[in-house]
Amino acid sequence: MIWNKEYETMEREKLSALQGERLKELITRVYENVPFYRKRMDEAGIKPADINSIKDIARLPFTTKLDMRDVYPYGLLAVPEEDIVEVHTSSGTTGTPVVDAYTHNDIELWKEVMARTLAMGDTTKKDIVQNAYGYGLFTGGLGVHYGAMKIGANLIPISGGNTQRQLQVMQDFKTTVLTCTPSYSLFVAEEGKKAGLDFASLPLRVGLLGAEPWSDGMRKEIEEKLHISAIDIYGLTEIIGPGVSAECEYKDGLHINEDVFYPEIIDPDTGKILPDGEKGELVFTTLTKEGTPVIRFRTRDITYLMREKCQCGRNTVRMHRSLGRTDDMLIIRGVNVFPSQIEEVLMTIQGVEPHYQIVVDRKGQLDSIEVQVEMNDRLFSDEIKNLSKAEKMIEEKLYATLNIHTVVKLVETNSIERSLGKAKRVIDRRQL
Amino acid sequence: MDIRQISVFLENKKGRLADVTNVLAKQGINIRALFLADTQDFGVLRMIVNDAGKTLQILKDNNFVAQETSVVAVEVEDKPGGLNRILHLLDEKDINIEYMYAFVEKKADNAIVIFKIDEHEAAKKVLLENKIGLLTTDVLEKL
Repeated sequence: MIWNKEYETMEREKLSALQGERLKELITRVYENVPFYRKRMDEAGIKPADINSIKDIARLPFTTKLDMRDVYPYGLLAVPEEDIVEVHTSSGTTGTPVVDAYTHNDIELWKEVMARTLAMGDTTKKDIVQNAYGYGLFTGGLGVHYGAMKIGANLIPISGGNTQRQLQVMQDFKTTVLTCTPSYSLFVAEEGKKAGLDFASLPLRVGLLGAEPWSDGMRKEIEEKLHISAIDIYGLTEIIGPGVSAECEYKDGLHINEDVFYPEIIDPDTGKILPDGEKGELVFTTLTKEGTPVIRFRTRDITYLMREKCQCGRNTVRMHRSLGRTDDMLIIRGVNVFPSQIEEVLMTIQGVEPHYQIVVDRKGQLDSIEVQVEMNDRLFSDEIKNLSKAEKMIEEKLYATLNIHTVVKLVETNSIERSLGKAKRVIDRRQL
Repeated sequence: MDIRQISVFLENKKGRLADVTNVLAKQGINIRALFLADTQDFGVLRMIVNDAGKTLQILKDNNFVAQETSVVAVEVEDKPGGLNRILHLLDEKDINIEYMYAFVEKKADNAIVIFKIDEHEAAKKVLLENKIGLLTTDVLEKL
């Protein structure tokens, strides 16, 4: 079901004109109100008057995650602080978190794009949506919440975790739509099976799953085990949270809400815009956002765009699911983790040498992360309890920075392969 | 009177203990006593050998993480209550034993007990005051 026919099926020419108008208005607004953008544009020798169509976007400077962190918390604010009605942040696992500050209109925008997203799974006011995304500063929980409210569906804000309760609620309230991460949906399937639950007999029919990378193989498994249609949804805190793009029932790429989030694919090395179909780094500009507008944000996700008409009737451009990253970021249980952060933590610990390896695996249905640290003379003790204490201490330090639990394993000296070039730090055993 | 014990870090992997005994055997090291403490993932091998210095060097040359630790060796009569008396003496002085292991002497009817005690000097004092003979490295290596 198409939620907003006007925008989602708009003819290309008309859509481009609308994007151009919105970009011009946006650039004028940020140039006047955000010193950060004004400075960047001045440095690049561009004035708002130079932006007259969507094509002119190529002349604007990029914004990176680092830029957004540098101006924490409110450096990108384009409205008076009193106009902000809600704030979300990224998990901050890579250091300072990124802030998304929403005005009243931004929340309305979020509701709109999330209503479109939920409608991709044919969600209507007759549906019962079990929202197992976490509520809080994380955008997943409230994003889905707002979309379901806009549609008028019955929304169960159960949040993540407590799987037994999820299963009970699913049966008692006759859930039809499940929203959570793909790995959690599989965990729910496993736990349900253990409890003797027959999902085929439940009214559950669709899962809107996102916030971590997954594969078609995993989709097949989820669909078979839960007896649902599994739909991939995509978003990021820097742009709005979930609601940036989602798959329709044909599951051939994710439709981008491009009337409000303008996508580009660039060569990550040169910054040049690449033609449709070519793989490169995905870049987004928030065309209508008021609180913290973002100009040409480099997502670091590698993908390509598809502009062929989709059978669902939408005219919006589609992106292939992320094919990789321009950095070495890992997504573990919905949390972004960089190997460099793990290294930074290890290097602050007395006695730990830079010989380590990260093993990511999916045990049962949940991602696990093991950090192998090589033993050395300074770390060694003849007492087992001291070694166990050392492992525990490293685990705690990693948790303090990463916000996810890791298992630290002490291994023998020289057991981690030494490489002459770039060390292979990560072994990802997940079948994604 | 301190006994030099060699401790080695080992992962719980097949063949690792044999790797240690192999390099030591090749260089003529005789292991007098051996004790392996382990967890699910790793273990610590503790040994009394006939030449601690040389053993340490061999292990390091072969990329093992190893260290020398001072422990106390006590000769205990191989009969009921022999060990109990010693433990009691240490306990009375609130001296905590980190770990211990024992082996039986070939030439006499005595057992030898190795103690690792953080309060090393205090422990030795208590034992000497109570006329409990501490073994020296020389003696132990020649057993």
